Amino acid sequence: MGMTMTQKILAAHAGLDSVSAGQLIEADLDLVLGNDITSPVAIHEMDKMKTKGVFHKDKIALVMDHFVPNKDIKSAQHCKCVREFAAKHEITNYFDVGEMGIEHALLPEQGLVVAGDVIIGADSHTCTYGALGAFSTGVGSTDMAAGMATGKSWFKVPSAIKFQLVGKPSKWVSGKDVILHIIGMIGVDGALYKSMEFVGEGIRHLSMDDRFTIANMAIEAGGKNGIFPVDDLARAYMKEHSKREFTVYEADEDAEYEETYTIDLSQLKPTVAFPHLPENTRTIDEAGEIAIHQVVIGSCTNGRLEDLKTAAEILRGKKVAKGVRCIVIPATQRIYLDAMELGLIRDFIEAGAIVSTPTCGPCLGGYMGILAEGERCVSTTNRNFVGRMGHVDSEIYLASPAVAAASALTGTLSGPKM
Amino acid sequence: MKACGRVFKYGDNVDTDVIIPARYLNSSDPGELAAHCMEDIDKEFIHKVQKGDLIVADKNFGCGSSREHAPIAIKAAGVSCVIAETFARIFYRNAINIGLPIIECPKAAQSIEEGDQVEVDFDSGVITNKTKQETYQGQAFPEFMQKIIAAEGLVNYINNSVTD
Repeated sequence: MGMTMTQKILAAHAGLDSVSAGQLIEADLDLVLGNDITSPVAIHEMDKMKTKGVFHKDKIALVMDHFVPNKDIKSAQHCKCVREFAAKHEITNYFDVGEMGIEHALLPEQGLVVAGDVIIGADSHTCTYGALGAFSTGVGSTDMAAGMATGKSWFKVPSAIKFQLVGKPSKWVSGKDVILHIIGMIGVDGALYKSMEFVGEGIRHLSMDDRFTIANMAIEAGGKNGIFPVDDLARAYMKEHSKREFTVYEADEDAEYEETYTIDLSQLKPTVAFPHLPENTRTIDEAGEIAIHQVVIGSCTNGRLEDLKTAAEILRGKKVAKGVRCIVIPATQRIYLDAMELGLIRDFIEAGAIVSTPTCGPCLGGYMGILAEGERCVSTTNRNFVGRMGHVDSEIYLASPAVAAASALTGTLSGPKM
Repeated sequence: MKACGRVFKYGDNVDTDVIIPARYLNSSDPGELAAHCMEDIDKEFIHKVQKGDLIVADKNFGCGSSREHAPIAIKAAGVSCVIAETFARIFYRNAINIGLPIIECPKAAQSIEEGDQVEVDFDSGVITNKTKQETYQGQAFPEFMQKIIAAEGLVNYINNSVTD
């Protein structure tokens, strides 16, 4: 029986000719990732281990992105702990304030992840790198610690769901709308334990930033990973960003999929996930009149340059509605600089938005945009669970940068003008 | 090995943000995390929970973030076992790795109610509802998993199996 793309990558990293769904394997890791929240717990676990030291100082990435610049003493202590660990073990890829970005935007940009890799990260959105044709998945801190110590991790080989994308999306339909549509269709556990493999001619109409957004939210459907085939666009991206050799794996023609869905991108409309689950989706024309208090444009899901360009195109020369706070967060220092050189930062500030240093802050209710009781936020982030961005009686509407920017102008949940 | 206690019952998709809200993730101390366990879904939980009590929930328990702080908070609150129809995969792995017993059993998830007295036998996988006088067959815990739980986590288990 043939293998899926994910299964081929896992087989190669386990030193096996073939694997099948359900098989338990031990695979070599190309990269182990952690952030300022999950790494301290992993470091504590490593301290308890009899084996000291890390498996490879170049194959660990530690990114301070959740609560930096530090929001309080406790988060400063956490960063200090990771900083000292990185210095002690001479970790090459340690990213602190000034160099950091939101991890899942930063790693591809820095060329640290490429096609064919197996990557674990103590952050659930580690699945983002599937956009480049890598197998990457989120784990907890103990798995991160074991990965840092041994360079290996065990996996149950996943079965897969195939998403056949056809057609060309219309102007204001982005990767965010594609993945929200899919989560709305299959539910927040629709891909539990499984790979989500995105294929089809429609992919050529999706930019790399669209693909990162789609793979990023595979976890919101319960998926183990999301993955795209490697085409010319992905090759060009990796050649531009990375010096590393990459390996392209393709699914076998007779690979087995538990289900196949065909999605006509030309039929999709801007889509919004209503509180309090990413599966509660409606198209923007079914949204109704929802007054809002805040807009967040950023995060590992939608803080990339194309996202900012889209938002700026809508906000340029206009004003954010009175009573709405609009927070724009470029995901990395590079994206911030590019946005500045393109004049986007000026567009945002003149429209009445604020522009922040890269941080995960508001997405998880950390800081930089906490919601009060009864407040509603249109956000380009990835989760709208109860209390995710602040008070338990606040509400989050997940949407694309285009919808978020359009909503900032009207003060109600709105789509961009067609 | 057995777990035995009173049940706190929850529904579908209990996410890691309600198990331990991110506003408390500036700490990784189990005791501090436990003090806020389940706060955004059940403010009374931490005041009522007693050592040995169980959590029973419907599908996709622990969905969302990869924060190991979620099972750490539950374990440190004194919970002896979590039973659910299904678990989100990262939570499942994390719970085993830190030595929090969890068991998938749709029948138990459907039948057990808030406040029931329940016993779980890890060797046989049998879940006994003492209040309703019913039993449900869950999956037995493999020996290595019981050893991880007994060692209170994967790291201790690995250390125990390494001969100096």
